[in-house]
Order: sequence, then structure tokens, then C-alpha cells
Amino acid sequence: MEMVHSIKPLLAILTSLVAAFLILFTGERHPNLRDFWSIAASVIKFAIVLSMLPIVLSGKMIEFTLFQIWPHVFLQFRVDAFGMIFALLASGLWIAVSFYSIGYMRGLKEHAQTRFFFCFAIAIFSAVGVAMSGNLVTLYLFYEVLTVSTFPLVAHKETPEAIKAGRKYLAYLLTGGCFALFSIGWTYYLTGSVDFAPGGFLAGHGTANQLRLLFLTFMIGFGSKAAIMPLHEWLPSAMIAPTPVSALLHAVAVVKAGVFCCLRVILYVFGPKLLSDLNLWIILAYVVSFTIIVANLLAIAQDHLKRRLAFSTINNLSIIILGAALLSPEAIKGSMLHIAFHGFMKITLFLCAGAIYVKTHKEYISDMNGIGRQMPFTMAAFTIGAIGLTGIPPICGFISKWYLCVGAMETKHIIFLVVLLASAILDAVYFFPVIINAFFKSPQTSNPGNHISEAPAFVVVPLVITAIFSVVFCIFPDAFTHFFKIASIATQNIMGVH
Amino acid sequence: MISKNLPVLIVTVPLMTAFLVVILGLLKRKLCYPIAFLATLASFIFSAMLLEKVILHGTIHYYQGGWLPPWGIEYVVDHLNAAMLVLVSFVSLMSLWYSGPSAEKEIPKSKIPYFYSLYLLQITGLLGIVVTGDMFNLYVFLEITSLSGYALIAMGEKHAPMAAFNYVIMGTIGACFYLLSVGYLYIVTGSLNMADLARLLPHLYGSKVVLTAFVFFIVGISLKMALFPLHIWLPDAYTLAPSSVSTLVAPTMTKVGAYVLFRIIFSVFGPHFSLEVMPIAHNILGWLAAGAVLFGSIMALAQRDFKRMLTYILVAEVGYIVIGVAIANRMALTGAILHIINDAFMMSCLFLVAGAIVYKTGTRDIYQFRFLHKKMPLTMAVLIVGALSVIGVPPMCGFFSKWYLILGALAAHKWVFIAVILTSTLFNVAVFFRVIENAYLEPREPAYAHDGGQPEIVKFDEAPIGMLIPMFLVAIGIILIGVFSGHIIASIIKFAIPANI
Repeated sequence: MEMVHSIKPLLAILTSLVAAFLILFTGERHPNLRDFWSIAASVIKFAIVLSMLPIVLSGKMIEFTLFQIWPHVFLQFRVDAFGMIFALLASGLWIAVSFYSIGYMRGLKEHAQTRFFFCFAIAIFSAVGVAMSGNLVTLYLFYEVLTVSTFPLVAHKETPEAIKAGRKYLAYLLTGGCFALFSIGWTYYLTGSVDFAPGGFLAGHGTANQLRLLFLTFMIGFGSKAAIMPLHEWLPSAMIAPTPVSALLHAVAVVKAGVFCCLRVILYVFGPKLLSDLNLWIILAYVVSFTIIVANLLAIAQDHLKRRLAFSTINNLSIIILGAALLSPEAIKGSMLHIAFHGFMKITLFLCAGAIYVKTHKEYISDMNGIGRQMPFTMAAFTIGAIGLTGIPPICGFISKWYLCVGAMETKHIIFLVVLLASAILDAVYFFPVIINAFFKSPQTSNPGNHISEAPAFVVVPLVITAIFSVVFCIFPDAFTHFFKIASIATQNIMGVH
Repeated sequence: MISKNLPVLIVTVPLMTAFLVVILGLLKRKLCYPIAFLATLASFIFSAMLLEKVILHGTIHYYQGGWLPPWGIEYVVDHLNAAMLVLVSFVSLMSLWYSGPSAEKEIPKSKIPYFYSLYLLQITGLLGIVVTGDMFNLYVFLEITSLSGYALIAMGEKHAPMAAFNYVIMGTIGACFYLLSVGYLYIVTGSLNMADLARLLPHLYGSKVVLTAFVFFIVGISLKMALFPLHIWLPDAYTLAPSSVSTLVAPTMTKVGAYVLFRIIFSVFGPHFSLEVMPIAHNILGWLAAGAVLFGSIMALAQRDFKRMLTYILVAEVGYIVIGVAIANRMALTGAILHIINDAFMMSCLFLVAGAIVYKTGTRDIYQFRFLHKKMPLTMAVLIVGALSVIGVPPMCGFFSKWYLILGALAAHKWVFIAVILTSTLFNVAVFFRVIENAYLEPREPAYAHDGGQPEIVKFDEAPIGMLIPMFLVAIGIILIGVFSGHIIASIIKFAIPANI
């Protein structure tokens, strides 16, 4: 594949690192200036990422080597089609969430806002770093920074519960990190290389059983961040974090980084051919299918809105991994699209949950009767996100799920098609009652029901915009950021090798 | 002139200044600190010059008084000890810089001249051990280091003399074992020069005397570098020592011990001896080291006292280095040497932080660290850098040595060691995040806080600038060494590992 050398990947990553330190040094004394840095950095970052898009669309790859870490291993950024999807998603949604979190944090008069925005910027820095890493070592570097930088965000409330959630988060993710480190070391030992290659580079190294064990440790390592059961426990607990954190980090950046790493391992380290030769794909597919169904069943039982969304996230993350595990071109395309589209829909849902909390301090679904009359825009956006995740057109979830289903049929294992469809039905089971409660039941309290009072504009506008995008991406899946075309290119690169 | 005599100047400058400080100190006490500082700075500059020379021109031999080896004392500086010299003199310089404000508070005024004299002797000894190419000369410097160390540690808190006494006993036993080993080698070879011994010993590999000498050496140096289970003197001694002393001895003494272990095993006895004649030695060392890593990490978790916690981390870190030596393939040795460098920086960083906290708050109890991120934000930032490095989060340097150790263990199929390294990483997470949690998060519910959780008005009250600058330099060093570890390996460590491994 043709390489273009450019410093842009580094610039895109560094933008938020620089912003993080500007935020830290500006501090509480000038809150407006501090929040300006967040927004400025997010816009600049997205612009730089976007400027790399034409090169990727023309089938080329952007490479930038910073320096040698040790002989033959470099700190290297490589933006390929797959990385581009994640980079676009993370940096694009950071803009929306920057505005939102300013509204949210100020609306609630939260403490330690400087720390919050600092860690937030560091987290985005590392998420985009993960997206643009050219090899496993660079990836691991950003992966670990991401884990550590989100700990203060999870424990932000500093209540015993929040601190406990933070500890749980670290325990799960850093243990996963150890497994990942071991796997990367082993890969390096077996092949002498850590560079990603479309279609994998492990084939022909090591015995079959070694590779099976290696795949297992890889999946435990990165799967902990992707919340594959039984490694998912930390995610619902982490919902104690402020909503912008849950939105961007636990629907877009952190967990998607886990999924992204899993896909990198499946498609760019092992490769479809090796996985089907070793018969590993089917085991992985069954494990994530279990997660898909059980997460959705658990979601039904949650009354706390954000926890319900968390289980829905677990479900969707496993759907993405299932798509990759099926190893058919359509399913891979579907799973890459679902990374992007699920991001838009889920962030909408989280932002809505946050908006409700800012306005009414309600967290439980059973308290939200009639809230649609009070907050029509928010709940309309929520409805769009919810039916989108269920896979109903004209919302973008339909597109990705369609390709996933087609891919499942391509493998001739109809059970996985059944899993996908069953999960869609279960989605409806736990999302629709929320919508019905909000719009069709009358409020429990005696406040004037039909009086519209929305959360501040900083909060509402971003979520309306992400909802609109969710619709646009169904009607024109290739609009603006060309997610569809990038996913096709990435699939072609991976499958074309064979 | 200077350039030719660099190896000996590194040692003599602090040695002579150690005597000068006492004399001048009696006249004017204020002079002690700047003079000691200048002497250490000179040593550091000489070391850096020497390192540059070694990288450009290769190994340097220096004959003391012009006496040729094996009769005279020879100083040999190759890549390994040139790097060690820079490392030791840098860490010493940082500690000395830091000792300005710190010693003023902790050491009685009348003892200041003696304190700096001992401090410089300690530095002399450490540098001497590293620079010498003579087994007996090494013993002399080892004793200079130890004796000045005993005295320095005894200057500490209330129970410090007792801790120092324990250390005296253990340290002397260690020194005896080392001396016996040197004696045995002298009996069979008639030589004390390391290079000479390396030539003579291969013909004597079957000799029981050589075997005994090797065993005595391992035991002796294990005592000096506090390898589990011979570490028992260390936690007390380093916890109770004055801050400015523990910042010097904790990072350097154990690392210099590890250097001696490495030097004698691979340069004097030669890798063939221990790997082929006595492979069991590597096995035993490996298992002890694995024990050290686990024991140190678990014990660290059990401590409330921040400094004592660090001493147990130190015990674990020594284990890491010895794991690398025990595996003894190229990757693992790269990891071991890199870890000597990294750990000196990490321990220096953390002990400096501990000292600064004690300086400002007077407490070492982790549970009283609440609100420290408001009171001492800069110190806490340095703490985080050090803590993340020990845990092994890239791009801090601690990650890279762990990575090489894991690669070495993979190549040698030592799965248990990999498991030990990774498990201890998790223990370290628990150890350090407990501290960070206490310092950064303000439990908002009274039941959770250990001191009742009353909201407190905390003002910015940082350690003096003389303590902050060394801390920041070391913290920056941690990041830079991590980022440039590839260069360090390519230009220094690659040449430090015996070619036939």
C-alpha cells in the first residue's frame, strides 16, 4: 500500500495534549479561558483529522515515525482506513461533548473542573493515539495512558461509591493491560515484529496451540476494555461518573478503544485466514454472542437509566466484535460501521440522560413518567437514538446491523443471525418502555405537566445535533466523513490480501 | 591533564572534599553545603565526560600511580560502569542539592560539617566501587560506603541508631563473605585484578575453592544489595534514616550492589562459569528474586508508612534486576541493566517526594495525606510520575525494563517469572493508587474519611525550591529515559553485555 509521510497524525494527537496542559495551567482562576482551550483544541483536532481523510480515501496510508523505541520497533503513527474511522469518531464527538460538558459541569456546579477537563483532554489524546498507532507497542502505550487518565474521571464524585467504582475500573483494566503486555511480548518474540498488517502477520509463526493461547490472552487483555463478559463488571459501576464521561468515554473513546484493539488483533495481527484455520473465530463468536444476549437481558432489569445504557453498550460492543469474528467481508464492514454509528446513537442517549439529570436530578427510569412533555427535544433525541439502536430505519443503526446480518448469513451459521435479531428485539424491550413512560404517562408529581423547560442550550444543542447525524448517516451513509467508503476500503485491504 | 586523569578524579574530588568540609565547617558552617555541592557537581561532570569518551573511544584503562596491573590498582571504565558513574553521580548530585533545605531541618546544626563529610564519603565509596577494576579495592570502597552509611543512617529519627546497628551487623557479615571470596580467589590465582582474574579463572573452573569463592561472593553481595531473604536490615534502616540520606542510599546502594553482582558474575568469573559449571546458581538467584518481587510488593501493600512502603518496593525492584541476571540471555540482561538505571531514577524520585512530604507535613502516614494535592500540587505531580513508572505505564521508563525482562523470560521459557512480574505490577497498582487516592480524592462523606472528613481550608504550601528542582529533574529524567531507552540500549547497554551471551 502506498505510504504518505506527513506530520499530521502527530499534530492531531498532540493538540489535545497541549490543550490538557493549557487547561491545567489556566486552572480555576479563568474558567472561561480554560473551557475555551477544550473547544479550540477539539475543533483543531477534528480539522486536522479531517484533512487526512482525502488521502485515506484515495487508498493510501499516512505514516509518521517519531523515533526508535528499540531496534526495529518505532514509535510510529500510521493512519489507515480503519484507524481513520475511530479517529474521526473520537475527535468529531469530542467537539459535541466539549460544549456539552461545559454546560453540564457548570449547570451542576461540579467541583474539580480543572482536573476533569485536564483528564478528559488526556483521554482524548490517548484515544486518538490508539486510533493512529502503527504497531502494537505504540498502541499499548496509548492504551495504558487512556486507562490511567480515565481513573480520575470515573472517581470524580469522590463518594465512597465512586472511589470503589474507580478501583474496580483500574483493577479490571490494568489486569487486562498485563495480559495485553504479555501477549504483545509474545507476539514480538514469535515474529520479531509488532507492525500491523492488513490480514495479519502471525501466520506461519509458532505452533497452533501457542497461537490459540496467544489469542486467548490477547482477548482477555483488550477484551476487558471492550467489556466482553465475564470481564464487563466495571462498566456498569463506572456509570457513577459524570455523564459527559459516560457519554464520550464509556460509549465512544474508552470502550471503543477496547473494541478497536480487539479488531486490530483479529484483523491486523492474526488475520481472517489464520483465525479460520485455527477455528478460533467460532469460539470467539459464541463467547460474544453470549455477551450480546445476556447483556440485553440484564439491561431489562435496570431501573437506573445510565446503567441500562451501560448494559446496552456492553451488548453493542460485543456485536461489533461478533462482526469481526465472523470474518466475512460484509460482517467486517458492518462492524466497522457500527463502531462509528453506535458512537453517534449511544452518545445521544447518554447526553439525554445527562440533560435529564441536569434539569430534574432524576436518574431512575421509573421517576421519568411524562418527562417527554417537559423536555420534548431531549426525549425526541432519545427516541431517535433508541430506535436507531434497535435497528429500525431511517436511523443509522439499521445500516450497520443490516451488513452484520448479511455477513452472518455469508458464514452459513444462521445461529449468529438469530443472535443479532434476538438482540434487536431485546433492545426494543428495554428501550421502548422508557419512551412510552416519557411521552404517554402522566407525571407522578403535581408539577405542571405540559410546561416546556429544557436543560441549558449548551446541553441540549449537542445532543440534538448528534441525533440529527444519526438520521443523516442512515439516509446518506457516506455523507461528510465518508464512513461507508472508509469501511469498504478497510475491508478490501483486509480481505484483498488473500 | 584533567581529561587523562578523569577516572581517578571522580573519586578523589569528593574524597578530598570530605576532609576539607570538616575543617572549613568548623570555621564557617554555611560553607559546607556549597562546597559539598561543588564537589559532587564536579564528579558528575567528570562522569559525563568519561561516558562520552567511552562511547566515542571504547574502554579506558587507568593505572594508579603508573603501576601496571596486576601489581598496581587499575581503574577500568567500560560502557557499563561509565553509565553507572553518570547515574550514581547524578542521583548523588540531586540528593545533595535536596539535602540543603532538608538536612537543615533534620540534622542538628553542630553536626552539619560531619554530616556533609560522611555524605561525601558515601558518594566517594559508591563511585569508587563502580570505577575500580580491582577486587580488593572494591572491598575497600564497599566498606567506605557501608561505614559512612551506618553513621548517616544513625543520624535519623529516634530508633535510627538501632536500625543502623542492625545494618552494621548484617552489612559486616556481608562484607566478610565478600572478603573471604576475594581471599579464596587470591589463594588459587595470586591476583586481585579483575581482568587478570578473568584470564586465570577459566583454567580453574573445576576447583572447589573457586566454587566456594563464588558462593561466598553471591551471599555477601546479596546481603549488601538486600536481596530477599537477606533484606531484613533494609526497611528499618532506610525508613528511619534522615530524608536526605535515604534519598541518596536507597536509589544508589542497592543499584551499585546489583552492578557488582553483574560485574563479578559476567566479567570476573565469566558467563560460562555460572551458566555451565554452576547453573544452579542462576536457578537459586532467579527463585529468590521472584520471591523478592512478590514479597516486596505484598509487604508494601501492608504498610501505612509511606517511606517504609517505598523500602519494600525497593526490595521488589532489586528482585527485578536479579531476575534479569538470573535468566541471563541478551534480552533479560538488557532489561536488568536498564532496570538498574530506571530504578535508580524511580527510587530517587519517590524518596525525594517522601522527604518533601515529611518536610512540609511531618507525617509519613498515607492516611494523613488528604488534601495534599492542594497543599503540594507540584510534589504530587512528581509522585504520580514516579508511581506510574514503578507500575510500568508507558512512556515512563519503568515500562521498558519490564518489557525487556518479559521478553527475556519468554525467550528462556521462564513462564513463572513472567507471571511474577505481571502480578507484581498489579500489586504496585494497588500500592500506589492507595497513596494517590488519599492525596487526590477528598472523600465527601465523613464515615469514609479516616480523620472525620471535616472540610478543611488548605492553602498552597509547597516544599522549598531547593527540593522541588531536584525532584523535577529526576521526574523529567524518568520520562526522558523512557522515551530514549532505545538510544540508551543502542549506544551503551548493547556493549555492556558480554559478547558471548
